Amino acid sequence: MKKALLALADGTIYPGWSFGAEGETAGEVVFNTSMTGYQEVLSDPSYKGQMVAMTYPEIGNCGMNEEDMESSRLHVEGFIVKEAWATPSNWRATQSLHAFLADQGVVGIQGIDTRALTRKLRTQGAMMGVISTGELNGAALVDKARSAPPIEGRDLVREVTCAAPYRWEVADWTRGEGYRRPRHPGRFRVVAYDFGIKFNILRQLTAAGCDVTVVPATTSAADALALEPDGVFLSNGPGDPQGVPYAAEAARQLLGRVPIFGICLGNQILGLALGATTTKLKFGHHGGNQPVQDLATGQVEITSQNHNFVVDLPSLKRSAHGDAVEVTHVNLNDRTVEGMRHREYPLFSVQYHPEASPGPHDSAYLFGRFVELMERSA
Amino acid sequence: MPKRTDIEKILIIGAGPIVIGQACEFDYSGSQACKALREEGYTVVLLNSNPATIMTDPEMAHRTYVEPVTPESVERILERERPQALLPTLGGQTALNTAVEAAKLGILDKYGVELIGAKLPAIHKAEDRAQFKEAMQRIGLDLPRSGYAHSLAEAVRIVEDVGYPAILRPSFTMGGSGGGIAYNREELDRMVPWGLEQSPVGEILIEESVIGWKEYELEVMRDVADNVVIICSIENLDPMGVHTGDSITVAPAQTLTDKEYQVMRDAAMAVIREIGVDTGGSNIQFAVDPKTGRMVVIEMNPRVSRSSALASKATGFPIAKIAAKLAVGYTLDEIPNDITRETPASFEPTIDYVVTKVPRFAFEKFPKADPTLGIQMKSVGEAMSMGRTLKESLQKAVASMEQGRYGFSSPWKDVEGVSAEELRERVLPRVRVPSPERLYYLVEALRLGVTAEELHAITGIDPWFLENLRQLAAFEAELTALAGAPLPPATLRRAKEWGFSDIRLGQLLGLTEAAVRRAREEHGVLPVYKRVDTCGAEFEAKTPYLYSCYDAECEAEPTDRRKIMILGGGPNRIGQGIEFDYCCVHGVMALREAGFETIMVNCNPETVSTDYDTADRLYFEPLTLEHVLEIVRIERPEGVIVQFGGQTPLKLARALEAAGVPIIGTSPDSIDVAEDRERFQQLLRRLGLKQPVNGIARSTEEAVAAAAAIGYPVVVRPSYVLGGRAMEIVYEEKALRTYMREAVDASPEHPVLVDQFLRDAIEVDVDAVSDGRRVVIGGVMEHIEEAGVHSGDSACSLPPYSLGPDLIEEIKRQTVAMALGLQVVGLMNVQFAVQNGTIYVLEVNPRASRTVPFVSKATGVPLAKLAARVMAGETLEALGFTREVVPRHVSVKEAVFPFVKFRGVDTLLTPEMKSTGEVMGIDDDFGKAFAKAQVAAGNRLPRSGTVFVSVRDEDKSAAAQVARRLVEEGFRVIATRGTAAFLAAESIPVTIVNKVQEGRPNVVDVIKNGQVQLLFNTTHGAKAIADSYHIRRTALEYRVPYFTTVAGARAAVSAIRRLRRSDLGVKSLQEYYG
Ligand SMILES: Nc1ncnc2c1ncn2[C@@H]1O[C@H](COP(=O)(O)OP(=O)(O)O)[C@@H](O)[C@H]1O
Ligand SMILES: Nc1ncnc2c1ncn2[C@@H]1O[C@H](COP(=O)(O)OP(=O)(O)O)[C@@H](O)[C@H]1O
Ligand SMILES: [Mg+2]
Ligand SMILES: [Mg+2]
Repeated sequence: MKKALLALADGTIYPGWSFGAEGETAGEVVFNTSMTGYQEVLSDPSYKGQMVAMTYPEIGNCGMNEEDMESSRLHVEGFIVKEAWATPSNWRATQSLHAFLADQGVVGIQGIDTRALTRKLRTQGAMMGVISTGELNGAALVDKARSAPPIEGRDLVREVTCAAPYRWEVADWTRGEGYRRPRHPGRFRVVAYDFGIKFNILRQLTAAGCDVTVVPATTSAADALALEPDGVFLSNGPGDPQGVPYAAEAARQLLGRVPIFGICLGNQILGLALGATTTKLKFGHHGGNQPVQDLATGQVEITSQNHNFVVDLPSLKRSAHGDAVEVTHVNLNDRTVEGMRHREYPLFSVQYHPEASPGPHDSAYLFGRFVELMERSA
Repeated sequence: MPKRTDIEKILIIGAGPIVIGQACEFDYSGSQACKALREEGYTVVLLNSNPATIMTDPEMAHRTYVEPVTPESVERILERERPQALLPTLGGQTALNTAVEAAKLGILDKYGVELIGAKLPAIHKAEDRAQFKEAMQRIGLDLPRSGYAHSLAEAVRIVEDVGYPAILRPSFTMGGSGGGIAYNREELDRMVPWGLEQSPVGEILIEESVIGWKEYELEVMRDVADNVVIICSIENLDPMGVHTGDSITVAPAQTLTDKEYQVMRDAAMAVIREIGVDTGGSNIQFAVDPKTGRMVVIEMNPRVSRSSALASKATGFPIAKIAAKLAVGYTLDEIPNDITRETPASFEPTIDYVVTKVPRFAFEKFPKADPTLGIQMKSVGEAMSMGRTLKESLQKAVASMEQGRYGFSSPWKDVEGVSAEELRERVLPRVRVPSPERLYYLVEALRLGVTAEELHAITGIDPWFLENLRQLAAFEAELTALAGAPLPPATLRRAKEWGFSDIRLGQLLGLTEAAVRRAREEHGVLPVYKRVDTCGAEFEAKTPYLYSCYDAECEAEPTDRRKIMILGGGPNRIGQGIEFDYCCVHGVMALREAGFETIMVNCNPETVSTDYDTADRLYFEPLTLEHVLEIVRIERPEGVIVQFGGQTPLKLARALEAAGVPIIGTSPDSIDVAEDRERFQQLLRRLGLKQPVNGIARSTEEAVAAAAAIGYPVVVRPSYVLGGRAMEIVYEEKALRTYMREAVDASPEHPVLVDQFLRDAIEVDVDAVSDGRRVVIGGVMEHIEEAGVHSGDSACSLPPYSLGPDLIEEIKRQTVAMALGLQVVGLMNVQFAVQNGTIYVLEVNPRASRTVPFVSKATGVPLAKLAARVMAGETLEALGFTREVVPRHVSVKEAVFPFVKFRGVDTLLTPEMKSTGEVMGIDDDFGKAFAKAQVAAGNRLPRSGTVFVSVRDEDKSAAAQVARRLVEEGFRVIATRGTAAFLAAESIPVTIVNKVQEGRPNVVDVIKNGQVQLLFNTTHGAKAIADSYHIRRTALEYRVPYFTTVAGARAAVSAIRRLRRSDLGVKSLQEYYG
């Protein structure tokens, strides 16, 4: 096995072993607590600019397969695990984790005390780091980590959004059949802004009866409306919402003119459009076990989450829409806002990931809500 | 929703005696429930017949009924206590079945008692396999094809559809009793009747086999608001076909992608909702076809289960405690997560380590039993371990088993000079057929060059597990190659990261354990301790629940308080079970009260001692010298207690002391005096006490000589054993030679002890506590069965029921003398045998004994707590315990046996312990107390009917007395020829019945036809035993109360007489002590 180093901006150096692609990579280091779904995590465009450390130590057991991709290629900057498995064991596996990362040019490091790393990130907050399989001088790598451009204010969306509009065609997955292709086109035309959209959102929308057109993040409100959508969807995506002012601007112009549903970054962009500000959490929420309460029903749903930024509630209350906006969901761990809706405008959004993948399906009902919203507004 | 206020009194039913399939995990769950409900201000009433449980401690519930767990007891308790609710889901299958029966009999309605946790329809839907099948089909879940048989004919018809092999599974049995796999018609014909017999409702489900599929379990919780969470997923290393209880299992699931896992999670949620378990925990089992991913539901337990205990320990999420709170109306989001404190219980634990459970078996005690593992559970205990990787976790689990194996050492016995090819041939069947040893043969097979692919093809074990084993085998080869040369630190570290124990490394490198330890110390290769926190470090863990690993960062954060460490008992086994955990827990409680920080070390996930809130700090670690020393290195306790955990920690005492560990209580040297034959004899001689004439043999010839000198019959056994391992009574030289040849291989290191066998002697157990200067008797127990039946297997009475006062006084005097002679500080147990008025000392155990909990329950004196305080330096005087407490009421302990689980095993009692558990009967006279103990143990003594008598000549006159008294009580007597002749001569009306080999109808037919209500059979001598085997076995399987000793029969008769005169009442411990 080839030596590798992980260096953090705070000066900590973790020696480990290389797997996947070789080379050097920098990014904001975050941890993810999901015990299953490393393939979905790796292929989630929201991780652009970040390196993910899995808290579960055995990773790669099931290898990789064609079906479990959340985007067409990997965007994550680096992958940090305790023990990575080169020998896939699963009836759907087509490739090993190592080979896949190598093909996709993603640098991995294993043999890391990921629990120690997680405790550090928990207490000191997410920080920049560098993984290298070539340069093994710790001090030098720490400097690189320090000088690496931070996430804040950066426009990472541009790097992951689609180049041109396209129509989405597949729906939900079932064992044996794989992904379903709806026989007839969906009842509602939905324009989905791609800020780094996860495929499963598109599959869920399609399954819920939507006819989905995916558009680039830079699409103007006018161009979006020109497609005569029954609803607009604002997707998840990487980084800082304040790094994508054009998206917030488009959203602002769409307010009240068409039903809107936002997820994760989409939720934050909607918040900005409504006049709120966003702030960054110390280390964010990244995992599949976050309890969220639907304030309308009192029901608790176990949610999949992946975000560092949140809508700042006080600023939302102070905004022009302050009185019109109501908080619909809260996180029971830290009481942060997880969802909101507008009393006058047909719009709602959540900070978490109802499309799951990876994670529990508890919140899938939200796609139904979006359809109802479009029905009512039709 | 806040808790319910329309309820204020709740009855909790416990699981009764420890049996295979239902061990101390239900003490853990019951205790948690009692605590939780008290916390909430409810009045808790408890029913449990098992005295060795923490839950039956008088402080746990407001009213504690140590009475038989039967609908009758339930009715009497409801009558007296009038609770509003009954919580049946925390006492295993026993509690559930008892509640169901009580409901069927209209008892619950009669007293207006509501079932909380799970309602009747839900229980039926889940437990009745037919209803379950319908329910699953309703929610579109796949099951193995199956049909439902009440007769052999029906069974045959069903098998035409599902085909062979067919899975037979009786309804309403626990641990799969009566279940099996029929590979052909002949087996079907044999197994169906037996299965129908085992099922309380005479029903079997016959299923399509999915043997070889991946097996999974999910632990699910639901609250009244219909919030559902999955606490833990468990994957079996042993595929379908081996009972989960007998499988090596790991958590979390290792070989499912998220898509597949979520499908299973969705299914689990659908199941608990469809079945309608409204609050609490359930366990749902699935099978997955490794080739296609097809998933079928196997079963659901609508209650807290063995796996729930495992899941709780594996994740740090207290399932039973939360289940209890949900049962009274709380919702998950209203209950805080104790470990993080700031987050709620409405979440799904995520773990950042690998958990492995390995079952422990007891086949060595049942040589005639078939050690093949199948769908009926056969294991008697388990150990759990945690590591950062499967390799580390698995090897730690192996080291936790305490079976003289500290890693994947070769499982072969004497294979010197056998060729590799030959071994390869021999190993294949051993991996094909599941058995307790299979894991070790798998690694051996890999060593012998069998590929992981081949092994997968043969066993169905997932390639991921096999790849782990392959890497371990390969690394062992690397290490062996390094033997002799100095070990590179990097390799040493890698080895420890992969979980290799110092002993195993020593074996591979040709070094002693100590040398390996020294090497580690030199190179700073030391373990660190990580916390179990339910959340993968996302939040700060407030509870120090720790496991060791060889990763980078240590989170132990030891305090500088005054602290005492208590070593637990490890995996349950016959001879060492819950009684010892009970003592450990009491030690912890007492020392906490005394202001010490308590540190618990144990690896048994079923126990109360491994609850994160029992001790101040919990180390979930193997009880080996290596692991204990490392914890001591970190914690630096001022004292370590070795006398509570049974033989396990006691065995470590000397080595620990040698390593400078401060052992408190009786010194390791005194322990050695008690356990070393020669030294102990010197002590007795000095004290002028008698011992059976005895000798030590280091070879067959020495044994034969010794026996000749002593005179037959003699008792023989290897030295240093617990639970009478390999102990036998031999009546002549031939038998002795066979024993020496087959049972033990005597050698200078492993001598064999030869004792004069004391015939017809009364055995007496005494527990005492001593502070070194003062000794106080805890209790004197007179055994019912004569000496020769292991103390753990014989019933006993406290106070004695036939011994005269002078004898008892003398026994106490001798006990005190020995305690002082041994300078015991803490607990001591002595076994005496009284033969025609002469007192012999059989053995002294300078530690907590199996009977301590029973004595404490009988007398109300917390012996183990007192002992702990004494060990911590206080005097009995200061603790206010200076006089023995002799209760006015009578307490009888009866043992419970696993015979029914082991086909082909005889039920005769011998010096080798075979019981898995015990029950207690309390009442104001011996007859009633004994009767209760029998009922509690499942022997429903008849009030009338026919008794079958067949006894050896020595016992005939005794048998006559017994028969006569039964005739007076209106019983009919039938007997085999010899016995009948004798009885007739004594002018007792008797009918002759054929022995099995005398032609039909014979006694077995008569039993099967339900014409015998009570059976009394004594015998000895190989042939006679063989001849009468079927009589005992049939009685067992047809649930006819039987007695195989004169004393047992006598006691039974006095109990029957009492029963005929008055029904059994119930009374709580609090009232007895009051
Ligand atoms: N259809 C089947 N094919 C193969 N093995 C089975 C089948 N059903 C059950 N088993 C095996 O038998 C064991 C016990 O069955 P289960 O339904 O769990 O009964 P129990 O109530 O004893 O837990 C399971 O753990 C599984 O390994
Ligand atoms: N000399 C003896 N005569 C009669 N019975 C004996 C004798 N020695 C032992 N036994 C019987 O064997 C049982 C087990 O022996 P014991 O010395 O207590 O071993 P253990 O350490 O397993 O308890 C005792 O409970 C007793 O019934
Ligand atoms: Mg089961
Ligand atoms: Mg004994």
